[in-house]
Amino acid sequence: MALPSRVSPGAAALAVSFRRRTLADREDWLARLMLAPALLYVAALVGVPFVLALALAFSGARAGSLDFAWVGWHNFLTIIPDPQFQRAVWNTLRFTLVSQVLVIVLAVSAAYVLSAAFAGRRIVRFLLLLPWAAPVALAAIAWTWIFDSTFSVINWTFLVMGVTRRWLYWFGDPALATIAIITVHVWRMFPFATVITLAGMSSIPQEINEAAVVDGAGFWRRLFQVNLPLLLPIITVAVLFGVVFTSTDLSVVYLLTRGGPYNSTHVLASLAFQRGIFGGDLGQGAAVALFLLPVLVVVAVLMLRTARRAEVGT
Amino acid sequence: MTPRARRRLVRVVKRIALYAAALAFTLFAVFPFYWMFLTAFKQNRDLYVGGTVLSHIPWIFNAPPTMEHVELLFRQTLYLVWVKNTVLIGAAVVVITLLLAVPAGYALARLAGRWGERLGIGVFLTYLVPPTLLFIPFSRVITWLGLQNSQWALIVVYPTFTVPFCTWLMMGFFRSIPRDIEEQAMIDGYSRAAVVRKIVLPLGISGILTATIFAFTLVLQDFVYALTFISAVPKMTVSLGIPVALVRGDVFYWGSLMAACLITSIPIAVVYNLFIDRFIQGLTAGAVKG
Repeated sequence: MALPSRVSPGAAALAVSFRRRTLADREDWLARLMLAPALLYVAALVGVPFVLALALAFSGARAGSLDFAWVGWHNFLTIIPDPQFQRAVWNTLRFTLVSQVLVIVLAVSAAYVLSAAFAGRRIVRFLLLLPWAAPVALAAIAWTWIFDSTFSVINWTFLVMGVTRRWLYWFGDPALATIAIITVHVWRMFPFATVITLAGMSSIPQEINEAAVVDGAGFWRRLFQVNLPLLLPIITVAVLFGVVFTSTDLSVVYLLTRGGPYNSTHVLASLAFQRGIFGGDLGQGAAVALFLLPVLVVVAVLMLRTARRAEVGT
Repeated sequence: MTPRARRRLVRVVKRIALYAAALAFTLFAVFPFYWMFLTAFKQNRDLYVGGTVLSHIPWIFNAPPTMEHVELLFRQTLYLVWVKNTVLIGAAVVVITLLLAVPAGYALARLAGRWGERLGIGVFLTYLVPPTLLFIPFSRVITWLGLQNSQWALIVVYPTFTVPFCTWLMMGFFRSIPRDIEEQAMIDGYSRAAVVRKIVLPLGISGILTATIFAFTLVLQDFVYALTFISAVPKMTVSLGIPVALVRGDVFYWGSLMAACLITSIPIAVVYNLFIDRFIQGLTAGAVKG
């Protein structure tokens, strides 16, 4: 720290030697010391496997042994023409996109409802959050039972209400299986998006909406031209989270359909597991999983841009 | 109708619509948990009635509730072993996480200056690197380390997502403690280390508690790593054992299975709910321009 020039060097030395300097006063070193363990751990156990994932994708590695044979582009040349793989890419995209669109619509409407004052609001918010808080594998197995081929309570209700006349085999038909998987994803993600949107709404100053009312803006106009634009950054955060959690999820597909019927509902994650761990072909599994990377890069870039914009705004 | 009466009518209709919408959202969110509850306590003759029998209403108890599935779960399955495994693994992961994340979070909040901000975002982004990208290389790393089918594999791997998440959480928390308090103490002659020990940590207890809860729930949420590394049923965690191993032959014991889901998820959900606001605050801080 620069001392004012009027103070003589001797006085400054006296002030400093007042208490002996220790490592704990050297803030730059202290910062490095406190950061190092966490950064090293993460670098070692995220960074190294990440590089290994790239390396494995170009290898003929098999589960259970440690040898490592370089095979070049072989794994990619095998999977890219594979219809099952193409199907998995397509499924990952459409499951993610459809569920996130539904999540946004549901979350914004639910946030609107919750932002109104009514009795029992806190309880409603608590109950709404249950799907997000419960372990995803347990929720997925519960949905498996809800869509059961013999005892499905949804089918019973549909039959009684006259929605359908025939029995729906949820996991026996590719279209129905798709609906089931998307339903579970939406159910799991919308509570989280709702709470985030709600937090954003409560930070919009009341006067803005009041001013819009005075200017004669109706409900829809206020929604689309005032509130949604203001909420956009925060909805972006919620959606980016949703995209990451949905596109990379293994448990829902694995527990609901195991990729069936006829391998029609595999996503990249479940196919990578099938080929890499069940099939023992680590190299091919790694190559399949690697196709998740573009999604994550896009999400990371958007996340950083949102964060920077927010930084500039404050 | 007078204008006044019309306004009142509109208000009443709006109110009803509001409650109806709130009810609809709540039912959608809660229905699987209600179904867990019904399944867990129904007698088999009430439970296993085909969905085509329209006269049998599955949404209610048609026969008196029973504890038999819950008793089966506790007495004849490995559920309690899985709970014990999960608690032990969770405790170990929480200790590792706090030791690494609390100092790192403080350093990022106070000491690292401008690049601390960037590093903070970077740390948070590593939390978003998903298990499904890393489980295949990890299976090889775990083989190297000789930890196949060992709970140590999970204890080593889980901090890869709990540490970034909790570091980010603690960073936000430490930033919310006014800098003045610390500077005041340093003027009074405390070193930075003494400030951390005597002032920051006592003030940060609630943040540390939040990080603990989140680290533990993240451990409970994991399915992918447990599925990849653990194949011995007595070594499983609840999130893996319940959906994968509560099956005899090809038959699912739905009553006990749903009882296990209910008993496991409700306490977690309640605790998680108490702490989620902290997470939301961190996530939304600055994201909306007022």
